[in-house]
Amino acid sequence: MPDVITSDGSIRQDDWVVVPRPADGESLDIPEQPALIPADLWLAGKEHFEDRDDIGVWLDSHDEPETLAGVVNELPVIAVNFPKFSDGRGYSIARLLRERLNYQNELRAVGDVLLDQLQFMKRCGFDTYVLRADKDINKAARCLNFFTQGYQAATDTDEPLFRRRAS
Amino acid sequence: MYVYDEHDRQMAAERVAQFRDQTERALAGELSEDEFLPLRLQNGLYVQRLAPMLRIAVPYGMLRSAQLRRLARITRDYDKGYAHFTTRQNVQLNWPEIEDVPDILAELAEVEMHANQTSGNCIRNTTTDQFSGVQADEITDPRPYCEIIRQWSTFHPEFAFLPRKFKVAVNASEHTDRAAIQVHDIGLQMMRNDKGELGFRVHVGGGLGRTPMVGPVIRDFLPELDLLTYLEAVLRVYNRYGRRDNKFKARIKILVKALTPEGFAAKVEEEWSHIKDSPTRLTQEAIEQFKGYFTEPDYEQVPDVKDVLATQRFENREFDQWIGHNVDTHKNPGYAIVTLTMKKTGTPPGDVSDRQLEQIADLADQYSFGEVRVTHQQNVVLADVRKDQLFELWQAITPMDFATANLNTLTDVICCPGGDYCALANAKSIPVAESIQRQFDDMDYLYDIGNIDLNISGCMNACGHHHVGNIGVLGVDKKGQEFYQISLGGSSHHDAAIGKILGPSFAREDMPEVMQKIINVYVDNRTEEEPFLDTYRRIGIEPFKERVYA
Repeated sequence: MPDVITSDGSIRQDDWVVVPRPADGESLDIPEQPALIPADLWLAGKEHFEDRDDIGVWLDSHDEPETLAGVVNELPVIAVNFPKFSDGRGYSIARLLRERLNYQNELRAVGDVLLDQLQFMKRCGFDTYVLRADKDINKAARCLNFFTQGYQAATDTDEPLFRRRAS
Repeated sequence: MYVYDEHDRQMAAERVAQFRDQTERALAGELSEDEFLPLRLQNGLYVQRLAPMLRIAVPYGMLRSAQLRRLARITRDYDKGYAHFTTRQNVQLNWPEIEDVPDILAELAEVEMHANQTSGNCIRNTTTDQFSGVQADEITDPRPYCEIIRQWSTFHPEFAFLPRKFKVAVNASEHTDRAAIQVHDIGLQMMRNDKGELGFRVHVGGGLGRTPMVGPVIRDFLPELDLLTYLEAVLRVYNRYGRRDNKFKARIKILVKALTPEGFAAKVEEEWSHIKDSPTRLTQEAIEQFKGYFTEPDYEQVPDVKDVLATQRFENREFDQWIGHNVDTHKNPGYAIVTLTMKKTGTPPGDVSDRQLEQIADLADQYSFGEVRVTHQQNVVLADVRKDQLFELWQAITPMDFATANLNTLTDVICCPGGDYCALANAKSIPVAESIQRQFDDMDYLYDIGNIDLNISGCMNACGHHHVGNIGVLGVDKKGQEFYQISLGGSSHHDAAIGKILGPSFAREDMPEVMQKIINVYVDNRTEEEPFLDTYRRIGIEPFKERVYA
């Protein structure tokens, strides 16, 4: 079972697997365990999954989260893939899911997820993280908590520092 | 100027601890080179040709004397006793050891300094006019807005991994643009609308580098309270849609061009419509709070010294030249703005020794309320000098080599560190600057040819802003040999323009002579009082080509 980091830095295990996009001409192979499938495929056939409450979706960094408008909260988990840690699109996707589409359930970072990016992910609304396997998961808590506050409003706070100072 | 409160201090300390941890993990091999790269760059640390280079942020160019003294000490304790003022108002150390950097950062944090986001694909130091707050023709002091942008952009969680670097500049003068805002990713021109409300004209997509562009206006008027939400919308559109497949096409200018400025503006407006009333929207109260840090110093009643100054100028020609070139009009009639030039021939433009940093600190304390400003032309400004102290100041700085009266002339060269220091450079730039300075060492001749921006870059990353020099020089590599390409007609001011390439490049030893021919064409063709750029615009590039390649 994969280790999953939560935003408070603790580690838990769960069964969610990311189902890769099937090659052209092949059909999606849904496992029996909880599964995250490509968002567009879920949208195209979501009636097929109505009897399961353990199907979520994943978005790649070039995907448009807006396609999930209105239906996000039907999903127990949405994952955002970071194909390379230096690809920062996932941060915008996360904020849009949370702040624009009002997504309330679990938001998971997957892919090239490294320790020093966790703090940014957390502020953008992720709440679980699957760290790349070669990284030391025991350092996650420290890396999530280097900063006790930030200057900006983001998903984690409505109060940018200039508003906190004024109050 | 801005003073840290407990929040800033806490975050600065946390940042030092974080970078120390990151450095330790990198040295222990827990972070690959590839993984440590953006982390160290976001902290201004490059690995360079001869040693690492650390770029220290000087937010919008402002420094206090205590900070200058600390920089001097750091160059002594951790480096070779000198530093370099950059073309984006920052300071660089050329020889620190990687393992010392966390300690250097801790020393900087003690004097409210840092190296955050001075490199890397993130939002960089916001720059502005070095005469902010002291010039007469200013809409309002832009520095509070620069500080607002600094705080908003510092550790912004959404924009730490942009497609490419991102630079913002603010200008508030109506008639001049010393901040070169139209060649920035975002250029903000402060203005008032018909109703007298304060705001910004927004340029997006200017820039130098491989594809130089003057940034088009994408919003004619942005009310001041909307500054941050609108910036956030621009950055979000860029973060989502800027190209990431090709480093050379990743700047926002390429996206703006691809979508057209209208198309890009429409996308930003759409995004902005969702967030314009979000908590990121500024409040008047917050703006007032920031303005409170940039109040006027306690100006004194200075006696009218017009006659004394006239006599001093009459009796002393060098003083007269210095006043004429290096001293500017202050909004307070009793004061003057003095630029200390760091352009003595033989010294790399922008380089200062530890001793000079301390001298500048002493001058700031004695003559200018303890503050200085670094300019993107790599000089240093004492913004509030009493007119009755000008002569005394001039006498003091002449032996320090800060009084070379060449401000804005051909020998006040903007120049990157080039191949002597920088790993990216194709060619050396400092020796070219020096050879041209030597060619034009006659001050009377220099004054006669007037104000000319000469900008030199050692490669197309354009740290020396060569595209916007009236005369631009670009170092190129041809089969392992260093050559120099010349462009003419660039400008970084309100009439911003990208220079045109003159023709095939030249060997370094030919540069002084080529430069002389260019100046000769100008002198032969100018009408009375016509500056170089105007003559060029009137007669075009052909006469220059004919003479230089004859």
